[in-house]
Amino acid sequence: MKMPTTTEIIDRCQALYEDLNFTAAREWKEAKEGRKVIGYMPVYIPREIIHAAGMLPLGILGGGDQMEVIHGDAYYQSYICRIPRSTIELGVTGRLDFVDGMLFPSICDVIRNLSGMWKMMFPEVYSKYFDVPQTYEDEIGGTFYTNEMAEFKSDLEEMSGRKITDDDLNNSIDLYNKNRRLVRELYKLRAEKPWQMPASEIYLVIRAGLVLPVEDHSQLIEEYIVAANKEDRPIRDNSRVVLTGLFCEQPPLNLIKSLELAGCYVVDDDLMLVTRWLIGDVPTDGDPLHNLSQAFLHHSESTAAKYEPNQEEKGQFLVRAVKRTGAEGVIFASTSFCDPALLDRPMLQNVLTKAGIPHIAFKYAENSGQMQPIREQAGTFADSIKLWSAA
Amino acid sequence: MRVTTSTAKQPVEVIKDASMVKQKEMMAAHFDRLTNAKENGDKVASTFVPGNLNELLMCFDLVNNLPEVNAIQSGLRRKSGGFVMEAEKSGHSEDVCTYVKSDIGMMAKGNIGPNGKELPSPDVLLLSYTGCFTFLKWFELLREQYKCETIFLQTPYMADGKVTPNMIQYMVKQLKEDVIPKLEKVSGVKFDIDRLREYLRKSAKAEDDLVYILQSGKHKRSPIDAYFGGIYYIGPIFGAFRGTDDAIEYYKFLRQEVDQRIAAGLGPVTPEGPMGEEKYRLVVEGPPNYTNFRQFWKMFYDEGATVVASSYTKVGGTYDFGFRHDPDRPLETLAEYCLGVYTNRSLPMRIDMLVDYINEYQADGLLINSIKSCNSFSAGQLLMMREVEKRTGKPAAFIETDLVDPRYFSAANVKNRLESYFQMIEQKRSGKGVAA
Repeated sequence: MKMPTTTEIIDRCQALYEDLNFTAAREWKEAKEGRKVIGYMPVYIPREIIHAAGMLPLGILGGGDQMEVIHGDAYYQSYICRIPRSTIELGVTGRLDFVDGMLFPSICDVIRNLSGMWKMMFPEVYSKYFDVPQTYEDEIGGTFYTNEMAEFKSDLEEMSGRKITDDDLNNSIDLYNKNRRLVRELYKLRAEKPWQMPASEIYLVIRAGLVLPVEDHSQLIEEYIVAANKEDRPIRDNSRVVLTGLFCEQPPLNLIKSLELAGCYVVDDDLMLVTRWLIGDVPTDGDPLHNLSQAFLHHSESTAAKYEPNQEEKGQFLVRAVKRTGAEGVIFASTSFCDPALLDRPMLQNVLTKAGIPHIAFKYAENSGQMQPIREQAGTFADSIKLWSAA
Repeated sequence: MRVTTSTAKQPVEVIKDASMVKQKEMMAAHFDRLTNAKENGDKVASTFVPGNLNELLMCFDLVNNLPEVNAIQSGLRRKSGGFVMEAEKSGHSEDVCTYVKSDIGMMAKGNIGPNGKELPSPDVLLLSYTGCFTFLKWFELLREQYKCETIFLQTPYMADGKVTPNMIQYMVKQLKEDVIPKLEKVSGVKFDIDRLREYLRKSAKAEDDLVYILQSGKHKRSPIDAYFGGIYYIGPIFGAFRGTDDAIEYYKFLRQEVDQRIAAGLGPVTPEGPMGEEKYRLVVEGPPNYTNFRQFWKMFYDEGATVVASSYTKVGGTYDFGFRHDPDRPLETLAEYCLGVYTNRSLPMRIDMLVDYINEYQADGLLINSIKSCNSFSAGQLLMMREVEKRTGKPAAFIETDLVDPRYFSAANVKNRLESYFQMIEQKRSGKGVAA
């Protein structure tokens, strides 16, 4: 079988990214009677449970910069971020009319309240605020979370009319373990050779995983790794940066490209954390919900949407990311009006300053059009890193 | 009662109810207790109004400090604007909650309380994560500064309109296995569940009177303003007095005052004296603006508008639906209290509440004061407005201000919108409908 080229893979991913009618997910649903699709918003949900129910988890990340928001703006004041309004736009314009359920993870008060709005606006759709523990003791947060997942599993069983067995769940965990390993490998390869695997391509490849079945996505990553490694791409004198604060509302693809054009190699980021939220493999034997709960409590990513119980640990994930990837600086790119990212930012900046890691900050919205100021700021940052390094 | 206060320009005579004076004295005494805590050997716990576990803190002889209330005090004293800008200068975003920035700016400027004395550094932060995401980050920010023990208590969100056994078990476990042992350690006081029961018994007593007072807004004419006046009424029970004899006495006193006004057919007392004719009866959703509190209130009473019920007076507990602290189930009742606070309720639940208020209090309509700082309140309010309008047939209006950032209080805009709204109510009454 002929392996696809990088261009073919990226073209496919770009088409999936641009398709706000979610044709691929619609086709998946139509291919077999009784199939159901469950949408979810950032930042994390255990997709394994949806998969084990024979359903397709579908990441809903707003409308991006190509969709005009007409109805959505009527639901929000000017000082609220854009992702809820474009998500409502997706809903009221029928783009999500094939979605059987929507999950609103515990990330901030805006998404939390959107869960209630969804219930009212789309009463025929299963809609759930997916609460997670912010305490990490096994007997306390762990038990609460296991019970929450059990309730969700039971809801899906009711929707599908069939029981989800432990074997089903362990099989799904196994598939997602493989996917997470591949995503991590991709991130590792990019950190090693960022010229070979540009951030804009990595973004599209990972983003495809939010609409494709996990089995197909894992294959796509494998193909991309093979194809991208064959490319002959020039090494530039760019600065290596970690990009942080983008865990919810998505930046326009142009923003990522602009950073690269400005002289930054993005060697790590917190985009689409759901694809690598759990660190390391989740065991595939024993009680699957308990295993997922343990992984969430003890082996999951740090982000502004989570409480950090240990002051000494606050922000250390960024310091470690810088060391792990050989980055020379950190760019805080936060969505305008994003409570988690913007409230967290000063604390993270203090940690980086203490660690002697240079950083800059700017804000964006998913429909930001003017990239020139960001390019200039990032370009100056990249240059200054080079100057400091030379000193 | 006439009280003379000073502004930068000249002394202003303000009329206050006797209960308002009493409330002010209680708050002043509490701030004195706080600012004298160190010399009196008292330990201090900072916590939040929604999910405020005052009875539990008292079991450990901890003095309750509420940064939200400090920010409100800064707003009322016109100091918050400077504090907010101080925080923004040090890197805090212009987009985030101004309570947080007022608090952080106040710390940077010496942490001076309303009595002119320095507020003590807390010995413990009780991060009661109830109904507001910002709380979580706020106390991470304070922990960074104070470097003290931070105890976390998560209240699950009531997204499906019900309290589940899993939610209660989770909260009780947190209280038993984490919160109480840590409070014992910080305070050096052994937990005594009977002491907690006694405080809870007192809470329930005061809560009965609070509900009576808030529900007096159902009278036509209303003896209270349940928003502007309501801020005074909720102060003690949402703050450091729930579970005390002082609170029982205050609410008894206030109830008598309200009864007297009902008997005399009087309306609320405004800063300029007894309110004139009650022309409009409103339900208000959302917190008030504190930087221009009196000016804001005046826009209502000048037009004869009384707020007969408000959601803001439920942020520290929704007692009017029957909840009372129950001494026979001490930990479970604390959990239920936290779960029930207004901002921890789903949007459909909040809409049901507002619709009920409009119907039961015979209100003319709903006014939403949308607060830039507070996504917990504000996200979804436009849908709430439309839904309440649809279900009650009563007109609704929307204004935008902020809690303690004076830059977001545009008096002319707010006044203009309110005047239009009152005209809309008049049109609705006269059966003319609203012009397209």
